[in-house]
Amino acid sequence: MDLSNINPILLVASIMISATPILLAAIGEMVVEKSGVLNLGVEGMMITGAVIGFIVAINTGAPLLGFVTAAMAGAVLSLSFGVLTQVFLSNQVATGLGLTLVGLGLSSLLGKPYEGMKTVTLPKLDIPILSDLPVVGRMFFSHDIMVYISLGIVIAVWAFLKFTRAGLILRAVGESHESAHALGYKVIRVRLAAIMFGGACAGLGGAYLSLVRVPQWTEGMTAGAGWIALAIVVFASWRAGRVLVGAYLFGGITVLQLNLQAAGLTWGVQYLSMSPYLITILVLVFISSNRKRSSHDAPANLGQTFHATR
Amino acid sequence: MSNSLLSLSGLTKAYPGVVANDDVSFDIREGEIHALLGENGAGKSTLVKMIYGLVKPDSGTMTLRGAPYAPPEPSAARKSGVAMVFQHFSLFDALDVAENVALGMETPPPRRDLARQIREVSETYGLPLDPSRTVGTLSAGERQRVEIIRCLLQNPQLLIMDEPTSVLTPQEVEILFETLRKLKSEGTAILYISHKLEEIRALCDHATILRLGKKVATCTPSETTARAMAEMMIGSSFASPASKHLTPGDVLLRVDNLTMPAPGAFGTPLRGISFELRAGEVLGFGGVAGNGQDELLLALSGERTSPRGTIWVKGADVSRDGPVDRRAAGFLTAPEERLGHAAAPNMSLTENAVLTAGRRQKLVKNGFINWTRADRFAADVIKRFDVRTPGTHVAARALSGGNLQKFVIGREVAQDPDILVVNQPTWGVDAAAAAAIRQALLDLASKGAAILVVSQDLDELLEIADRFGALNEGRLSALRPVADLSIEEIGLMMGGAHDMEVAHVDG
Repeated sequence: MDLSNINPILLVASIMISATPILLAAIGEMVVEKSGVLNLGVEGMMITGAVIGFIVAINTGAPLLGFVTAAMAGAVLSLSFGVLTQVFLSNQVATGLGLTLVGLGLSSLLGKPYEGMKTVTLPKLDIPILSDLPVVGRMFFSHDIMVYISLGIVIAVWAFLKFTRAGLILRAVGESHESAHALGYKVIRVRLAAIMFGGACAGLGGAYLSLVRVPQWTEGMTAGAGWIALAIVVFASWRAGRVLVGAYLFGGITVLQLNLQAAGLTWGVQYLSMSPYLITILVLVFISSNRKRSSHDAPANLGQTFHATR
Repeated sequence: MSNSLLSLSGLTKAYPGVVANDDVSFDIREGEIHALLGENGAGKSTLVKMIYGLVKPDSGTMTLRGAPYAPPEPSAARKSGVAMVFQHFSLFDALDVAENVALGMETPPPRRDLARQIREVSETYGLPLDPSRTVGTLSAGERQRVEIIRCLLQNPQLLIMDEPTSVLTPQEVEILFETLRKLKSEGTAILYISHKLEEIRALCDHATILRLGKKVATCTPSETTARAMAEMMIGSSFASPASKHLTPGDVLLRVDNLTMPAPGAFGTPLRGISFELRAGEVLGFGGVAGNGQDELLLALSGERTSPRGTIWVKGADVSRDGPVDRRAAGFLTAPEERLGHAAAPNMSLTENAVLTAGRRQKLVKNGFINWTRADRFAADVIKRFDVRTPGTHVAARALSGGNLQKFVIGREVAQDPDILVVNQPTWGVDAAAAAAIRQALLDLASKGAAILVVSQDLDELLEIADRFGALNEGRLSALRPVADLSIEEIGLMMGGAHDMEVAHVDG
């Protein structure tokens, strides 16, 4: 094994690339869950975003347009989940699982003609001064724009939930839909909006996989990233900052263990492969266990069906 | 004083299968406290929801200060100066006080100003409250203050209060009344919903009585008796429970220094609870909700087992036994919260009967259920306790709250337990049925059973209990004979007024 093959600058840079899809999907799902809805269809929305984004980008040559349509595709798909669970009161767990299956099937159908093709990808930004800094410039300031957009979304979600009235209403709806309804807030409308935001974010995350990270279309290419995003939301105890930590940790260890394998570490490849999952979960559990109990509880009405009786 | 603030005329609202309000008309005058009285299911809640804009009437009109008033949603009602304090609090446990208040306002000021306003209003009306506390950690009385302050910050013309005193200690009730009288003197009208008749006599200027959705009477509460109002509410007279007192016999249940940690984030730990319960005795535990009642019930029923040597039944240690073994020993419990805890909502009454009575009534043999016997047992309970239902095959959730309560209490009483522990036995039950349940408990005691009643209804405990104790923050007060207790002493036993102060009348 030769550790000198691992270039720390490239390692940090690829961690940011590797974490972005999961970060996007997880921050979207966090908003959905904060409003009290459990959407298990993240994987399906991600892969639909991946295939739609890829198709649009390859046909128009404009990867940014691919991201926009991927977000729209994710939102439309999630709206079907929203209508079924919020209007027709179907079971959220079953509907979410169904959504994943639909997304996987739909994407392989749509993506069949595009397998193995290559698309134009997003250009790396060249930020004046910052990108030219030694070491730090290559690590943090020479990525494509979606990396920074994803970080911007995390900050925006954090500020939205913490400082705005709309964010307060969203949290209130997730905490007690009965009380929110009694005060005259439109529970179902708030939840539908949150569900669509989550779908759009998952679509963006999927498109990042097929347009930047890989960049090509392979059937089933999300390979469980949506499930990891769901797990990160829970272990991050529904906090935007911890979602960021979780996603980067997971992305980081994934990249690191690949680098270790490439560097010739032969012992226990299986253990290396499982390490991102294990370490991410252990670290997030550890962060959450030190705080006061009430501060990391799930939204009280998570996954419960709301029906205004009177 | 005599101008009408809000007048209702011919309000009607029907739901599938039931007319909740039928042609209800009355006036609320400016600056009066107007009581709305009625049994559960009389249509009080639907009526106030129409006033607050949560429900639209099928027909009928409302006028507020002479102008037509038909709020399409609660925010419109709030803009017109109508505010409401809910019966089941409309609060959010995980949010703090200021956030909860902001959610109930149309245009809340920035957080710092809001916190200052909350402090000012709470000073003026004697309702101390810290804006940054998380609501989940507050007591029931403090939660109610959050609701009241949320309303007061909007300077309402009409304040609707839905059963506000059911969670308060007597001292807290007195202070709430001072606050309400102060509001009244400032010209705010109050629509006060309750079924506690003595309170209404002490507080209200006029009363409107509803029965089965119709307005049946109006009266001036201070000029009539509580019993007369109760009979107007239920439309007939009823017998008060009478007990045949025995001298208490042997100790059947002994609880010895029972200490347990809180079961969940917002639960209450039990702290060194000790008492003895004798045959033929009715012991009453009062206290404001959330002071350890549910936790004590969990420990006594065996749902949570307690440390060895803490619970003794007829001299045998049952601390580590589960509910089934305790039932076999003649120690039965009927928990609060009927649907989901005392009864399985989607199962029939017969099936629900088998769930607790299977062993004692020999409804189960070699692992098979004897449905004929089970059906007979359920039918017997229905008959003895006057449960209004088409039959034993009906699902538990189809019964009204009061009827299901009669069934779950009756199911335990009919098993002839040696020891019976009940929590809130008459919660949500109308006056006549409540009297019947209390009579059944007294009859059971006169046959030599030991009975522990945990209840937030003090009148109920004073009526049927021989000795009284209060739960406060998971501790049990000294037990006192009911005969020589005054309401004031009971209030102090329940933890007094939880640092409330009387409204500063100078404002």
